[in-house]
Amino acid sequence: MKATNLAEITFLSRSANEGFARSAAACFAAQLDPTLDELGDIKTAVSEAVTNAIVHGYPNELGRVLLRLRTLPEQVLEITVRDWGVGISDVKKAREPMYTTGGVERSGMGFTIMESFTDTMKVRSTPGKGTTVTMRKKIAQRASAR
Amino acid sequence: MMTTAADGHGICHLSGEIDQHRAQRLTREIEEEINRNLPGVMELDFSAVTFMDSSGIALVLRSKGRMEEVGGRLYLSGLPRQAERVLRTAGIHRMVEIEK
Repeated sequence: MKATNLAEITFLSRSANEGFARSAAACFAAQLDPTLDELGDIKTAVSEAVTNAIVHGYPNELGRVLLRLRTLPEQVLEITVRDWGVGISDVKKAREPMYTTGGVERSGMGFTIMESFTDTMKVRSTPGKGTTVTMRKKIAQRASAR
Repeated sequence: MMTTAADGHGICHLSGEIDQHRAQRLTREIEEEINRNLPGVMELDFSAVTFMDSSGIALVLRSKGRMEEVGGRLYLSGLPRQAERVLRTAGIHRMVEIEK
């Protein structure tokens, strides 16, 4: 599907950039006139995906994380988070609620929340090469849209 | 951020964004407060929280676990809509008391 707008941001896998990624996605999504709840959903989905890239993609070193944002026809926001880190050997297992390889600090709910807060989510990963998560969310056209 | 009254009611006023960047330190501070003052009840007040992702789930569950270890209970108050939605999506509302 052809994008009507596109922004790409690449940043280091530092946890301080999680908030930056959320804000960047919210700023980009503003052109679709989302409600506060929709903005909350977008920020949450981005936060989970970016955190996964940082915590699981690069557990022992710094690497790059790419956040790609596109607007598609009919008010659809597409969010892609990509890393070139360790990858996931069993994507199906990783997507199970509460499954985590991250120890007691992680709840294992990241993928569940991403799926719940967006309309579609795809995960592609190759061990040793990295992971790409792509989510789409339709933003409702409001009657009072400018 | 945290106080424990003479009657053993502890309150922790959380604020700002709770994500992986901040959650570990916050969880440690809550555990230290519990260890120091042994409240019978710990209230986690979320009214000044502007955002929370699944890192907040781990914070809530670990704090609840620590309170149970010391024979107390924990509940959440002042949950903003986005934070409550995250907790409900994960089913945490069935495991942790939420004050309306």
